[in-house]
Amino acid sequence: MLVLGAVLTQALHVTLMLAAAPLVVGVIRWLKARMQGRRGASPLQPFRDLAKLCAKRPLLAENASLVSEAAPYLALAATLVAAALVPGFAHGMAFAPAADLVLVAGLLALARMALALAGMDAGTAFGGLGAAREMSFAVFAEPALLVSALSFAILAGSTNLDQIGAVFRDGALGLRVSLGLAAVAMVAVALAENARIPVDNPATHLELTMVHEAMLLEASGRHLALWELQAALKLTLWLALVAAIFLPFGTAPAGSGPFAWLTGLLAWGAKMGGLCLALAVFEGAIAKMRVFRVPEFLGAALLLALLAAALLFVSTGFA
Amino acid sequence: MLTAIALGLALLGLLALAALVPTGRWAGHWAGPVVLGGSALVSAGIALLAGGALAFGLPEGVLALPFGPAWGGMRLALDGLSAWFLLLLGLTGMAASLFALGGPARGLVAWPLFLGGMVLAVLAADGFTLILGFELMSLASWVLVALDHREAGNREAARLYLVFAALAGICLVPAFGLLGALDFAAIRAAPPEGWRAIAVLALGLVGAGAKAGLVPLHLWLPLAHPAAPSPVSALMSGAMTKVALYVLARLLLDLCGPLQPGWWGVPLLAAGAASALLGALRANLEEDAKAALACSTIENVGLVTMALGLALLFRAADLGPMAALAAGAALLHAMAHGLFKTLLFLVAGAVQHAAGSRRLDRLGGLIHAMPRTAVAALVGIGAAAALPPLSGFASEWLLLQALLGGWRLGEIGLQVAAAAALALAAMAAALAAAAMLRLFGLAFLGRPRSPRGAGAREANRFELAGMAVPAVLTLLIGLFPGLALALAAPGIRVLVGPAAMPPVVGLAIGAGEGHSAYAPLVVILLLGLALALLWLAVRRRSPATAERGPAWNGGFIDPPPEFVFGDPLSQPSAAGMAQPLRRMLGGTLLAAREAVTMPPPADPRPARLASGFEDRAALALPVPAARLGDAIAGQVERLRGLTLRGSLSLGFATLVGLLALLAWLERR
Repeated sequence: MLVLGAVLTQALHVTLMLAAAPLVVGVIRWLKARMQGRRGASPLQPFRDLAKLCAKRPLLAENASLVSEAAPYLALAATLVAAALVPGFAHGMAFAPAADLVLVAGLLALARMALALAGMDAGTAFGGLGAAREMSFAVFAEPALLVSALSFAILAGSTNLDQIGAVFRDGALGLRVSLGLAAVAMVAVALAENARIPVDNPATHLELTMVHEAMLLEASGRHLALWELQAALKLTLWLALVAAIFLPFGTAPAGSGPFAWLTGLLAWGAKMGGLCLALAVFEGAIAKMRVFRVPEFLGAALLLALLAAALLFVSTGFA
Repeated sequence: MLTAIALGLALLGLLALAALVPTGRWAGHWAGPVVLGGSALVSAGIALLAGGALAFGLPEGVLALPFGPAWGGMRLALDGLSAWFLLLLGLTGMAASLFALGGPARGLVAWPLFLGGMVLAVLAADGFTLILGFELMSLASWVLVALDHREAGNREAARLYLVFAALAGICLVPAFGLLGALDFAAIRAAPPEGWRAIAVLALGLVGAGAKAGLVPLHLWLPLAHPAAPSPVSALMSGAMTKVALYVLARLLLDLCGPLQPGWWGVPLLAAGAASALLGALRANLEEDAKAALACSTIENVGLVTMALGLALLFRAADLGPMAALAAGAALLHAMAHGLFKTLLFLVAGAVQHAAGSRRLDRLGGLIHAMPRTAVAALVGIGAAAALPPLSGFASEWLLLQALLGGWRLGEIGLQVAAAAALALAAMAAALAAAAMLRLFGLAFLGRPRSPRGAGAREANRFELAGMAVPAVLTLLIGLFPGLALALAAPGIRVLVGPAAMPPVVGLAIGAGEGHSAYAPLVVILLLGLALALLWLAVRRRSPATAERGPAWNGGFIDPPPEFVFGDPLSQPSAAGMAQPLRRMLGGTLLAAREAVTMPPPADPRPARLASGFEDRAALALPVPAARLGDAIAGQVERLRGLTLRGSLSLGFATLVGLLALLAWLERR
């Protein structure tokens, strides 16, 4: 029964993540449009775009290699596996023992490498520029993420996301300043990893300001559909990750029944919706920063994460 | 078992002797295949014996050779630590020898001596034998670095290499001398204490660090590796730096015993973190493929040293499982790096043979001409970039888990140090990923950047075989890190104590009871399943094969027809790919600079961009060293002006002084 529940929740979680990904992107776009006084496209528009692109054959550059054809599948597969590991509406899913935060970071790095390789494959100027910038941002984002993970590891005793979520959900820890600092650091990393404002502009049409999109300039047809779905899934994954660690309330405990799942689902939907709204408000209120300001932005995140860990070191019981 | 390995050593010596035979037909046709093939076979045999010993039980006792210095014969022994590094030596030696069979046969005397020196150093059971093997390795590799001495740059690289090798020797000899005995068993029975222990730590760190390439003693790596032929650089990076790390671990963790204070780990952690960061950053800025790989070696040596330092810290704090985790990370990363770096240097060699250059700005698009080499290169860069499910990720996962457990050390200074080291290790991993992307992207993707590169052909079958061995092993270790660590268990016990259990959960690896685990088999299964489902779903909806057309390139206009490979300036260059990191980190860490010369309007001269960097250690170390050398030489010159009477009295005084020293030593 326990195993059946774990498998069922896992399958439901993967389906939900895949289905939610385009919706999250559509909702954020719609919210931003409404806040800017436009009507905006329907939140379902990304589904229509994906369906259209997916049916089209891609046009590859003459000198493109197998890398261009394989990379979108690999990137999406790695992101999908990572998304399957992040806890959603329930704890104790089938892959929970493998849901390690470092592994999730590794899988996202695999997807990033596939994207950067695809960007360099055609030998075009913008592809290389985007790839170099994307990898450089990761140089500052990874340490911030892992030092935030240090705080969770101290509090929960593990870097397993399922355990972290379960420990934080039970609320024995109370409200902690260090968790707040780690949350700010994680959100900054999430913004950089997902090419959102202020690090990158997902809606830009000017190649020089692009980072993420610059690598996709040569992608078309079903390859572009895969890349877009990958970006959407990654955004959903990061929102789910933030929700799983910092807002674990209402998540169905491991081994619970369908009723707890239902409340978990409702809570998860509310959390994701709230995070989408917060992201849309944040993006509407802030301007994109210069590329070479990004290290300062992410460096501040790293310092906050280190501060969070240092606070835990000095706080009694852990020193 | 020990006798068999000793026989292998003797065979390597015989091969070196055979290469000396100068007669015509032998020297012309047979010496190369026989010596290199023989080296490959002996290496394979040594790897088999070492692996077998790790799997089925290590031989007890010590093999005393019937010759050696006056005070006793040389002694060989095989414990868990030696066997693990011997396994690495055998595997990399086999791959590099196989690869060398596909190229011109050069350096045939030094090659088996290089291998033999490393095997001797790792097998040694007394200080004299270890130093002998270590110096043999240094000298033979210097000969191999100096093979292309007709080029001035290579001569300088070889000279610098020799200086650092001498520094390593100068530090290691007194380090082993201060241990109080030569036989390892005797040293373990009475480990050094007090100032002698601290002197051993300092001398050992400098001596082994100079050979391994720890910052700030890393200057020779980016110069010597490109100067040497590729199989030699593969062996130097994959195996020789590991022998230096072996000496470091043997000296500080094993011989000095578990009673040393915990702060011993701090210098190792600091030197390792600095090397990891600086090496990885410099790998992003170098424009020569092999120099970039050499810098990446500095990074990985730093990661292993960090893990060793953590093991020391945890061991002294009585955190057994954490110490085993850190030691496991060190051993697994040494093995993983040894294999993938051998692979990457061999790939660089194949590229150099095929495309005629190592400079990234002269390569490009090689994935079309050399598809098999490109696949091997992808495996190598994936492991070097620490991507799951390859070997580099498994070992760095262990290291990160050990660092994430650093807060258990209890003392706040150590906790903060571990947190800072965690940030630096993560940064180094991301920097390595960026460097590997740049390397592969510039060499294998895009369009050719030179006519010579456009005419490249696939590597020959020996070269492919040499690359296939480490590529397959990198995949296997990535998928079964638990099995690899189970093999390393005796080595972990040597490092952190006889009760240590390797951080293994079945076929997977785990950070201990109740902590998280990493199961690569699950990851690869899930990845494969996701890939298959995605492929089926997408291709069902869009079955047509892709169309080909000119690159869109942001609307950049087509190049004129005489540009057969397209407009070279519209492709990213090595300096261009390095620009973001050069600006973000290079200014502070590597004194990087960029200067734009913009002529005034109406001036027809082109605008110019000059960029470069300078390693601060290169500015800070050799200049005072050269001044010191000049000063000493000036003093020594005065001896030549001595009269006959003065020379005679100097000789007499030296003799009396030495005799007095001997008498004093006898009395103690």
